[in-house]
Amino acid sequence: MDFDLILRVYPFFLEAAWVTIQLSVYSIALGLACGALGAAARLSRSKPARAAGAVYVSVIRGTPALIQLFILYFGGPQIGIQLDAFEAGVIGLGVNIGAYMTETMRGAIIAVDKGQGEAARTLGMSRAQAMRKVILPQAARLMIRPLGVNINAQIKGTALVAAISVVELTYTAQRYIGSTYKPFEMFFLAGVIYLVIIYATGLGISYLDRKAALR
Amino acid sequence: MSKPFVDIRHAAKKFGELEVLHDISMQIGKGEIVAIIGPSGSGKSTLLRAINDLDPLSSGEVWLEDMQVNKALPPRQYEKHINQVRQDIGMVFQHFNLFPHLTVRGNITLAPKMLKGISDAEANALAEEQLKRVGLLERIDYYPSQLSGGQKQRVAIARALAMKPKVMLFDEATSALDPELVEEVNQVMKQLAEEHMTMIIVTHEMGFAESVCDRVVFMDGGYVVEEGPPEVLFRNPSHERTRNFLRKHLQGQS
Repeated sequence: MDFDLILRVYPFFLEAAWVTIQLSVYSIALGLACGALGAAARLSRSKPARAAGAVYVSVIRGTPALIQLFILYFGGPQIGIQLDAFEAGVIGLGVNIGAYMTETMRGAIIAVDKGQGEAARTLGMSRAQAMRKVILPQAARLMIRPLGVNINAQIKGTALVAAISVVELTYTAQRYIGSTYKPFEMFFLAGVIYLVIIYATGLGISYLDRKAALR
Repeated sequence: MSKPFVDIRHAAKKFGELEVLHDISMQIGKGEIVAIIGPSGSGKSTLLRAINDLDPLSSGEVWLEDMQVNKALPPRQYEKHINQVRQDIGMVFQHFNLFPHLTVRGNITLAPKMLKGISDAEANALAEEQLKRVGLLERIDYYPSQLSGGQKQRVAIARALAMKPKVMLFDEATSALDPELVEEVNQVMKQLAEEHMTMIIVTHEMGFAESVCDRVVFMDGGYVVEEGPPEVLFRNPSHERTRNFLRKHLQGQS
């Protein structure tokens, strides 16, 4: 292992890691929004909304994320969608993880005891009021851990956007291999940085989960 | 009986082919306390849950005073209507269904604050008043998980009472409790009886039904088999099915 090389290049990798973090944060934020909308659609009383939610989830989960990114980035201009690589990465990854988050959120909401909604409705609350004040606060606690799993997957998933030449961690590793011919060191370094990001995120999620735990 | 307070007219309920309620009519007077007893699957809980439309009827009507509870309205209007009507119908569940993320205070004040537009101070006073009634004022800042089953159920009763309902429905309110905790809940219900709250009580506790209720209704297989004052229904039932049920029940208890 060439440690001198690693010491020489790691500042550039840290810069790239910052791009990875930005990609992660933006795409996760978008994913949470898509997930909330998707879950609302799938649990809606309106049949078209339920159908739309179901199509979203099955299309996105039924196709490779890489293909989705390619369609958006390379195919987009053909249908009038012009995005730079970073934008396409955020949107593609966000919409992708949103489908998984839809299912996570829906699962947490339907896991709240049916009696909770009944008790709220019996007191005279509307469906929306019962959802907001009684069901969602309980579902939110239930979804922290599984959303953490989605988030973990998403951070690693950002490596895919190397394929549409976003200069993030994986792309940077590949680029330095081109000039150094040291794939072991370069991928090893990238891997360590991913590990640190994911470990820190995991700590944050555990903290949230503990804080939200029922007394 | 004078004009009925709760009036169930030809209530019927089907789940697909299965008929769980067959053409049931029942009138309950203001201040009357009615127990509904019967084997599991007899339809007694379904009937109770039809009164506030938690389990909508397939046909038939439920009236509370001059208001039809299950009025035929377009969905949006019906939502408004039923949410309004439910404020007048308190309900207590077998498994309490307290909101675990809220304190006792939060459980009691949530709906009145949200639906009656009262201030925090008023809501707090209301919570304190209702908790005094069930003897749990000192638990006002506890979470449900810190309470015993009996205490949870008393809080659930206080929560329902805080909406100032005209009638209270009890769906096997003591069935999930350890035997030694049943009495404290029964005491609260007795006290409500003394205050002339109109109550409809689905129960397995014949002793309680006998000592507190004005009338007992025996249901089996989705029919009202017989009804009458407790001393008649328990001591001298006229139907074979009632006798069988009571005999089995007493054996089960001894």
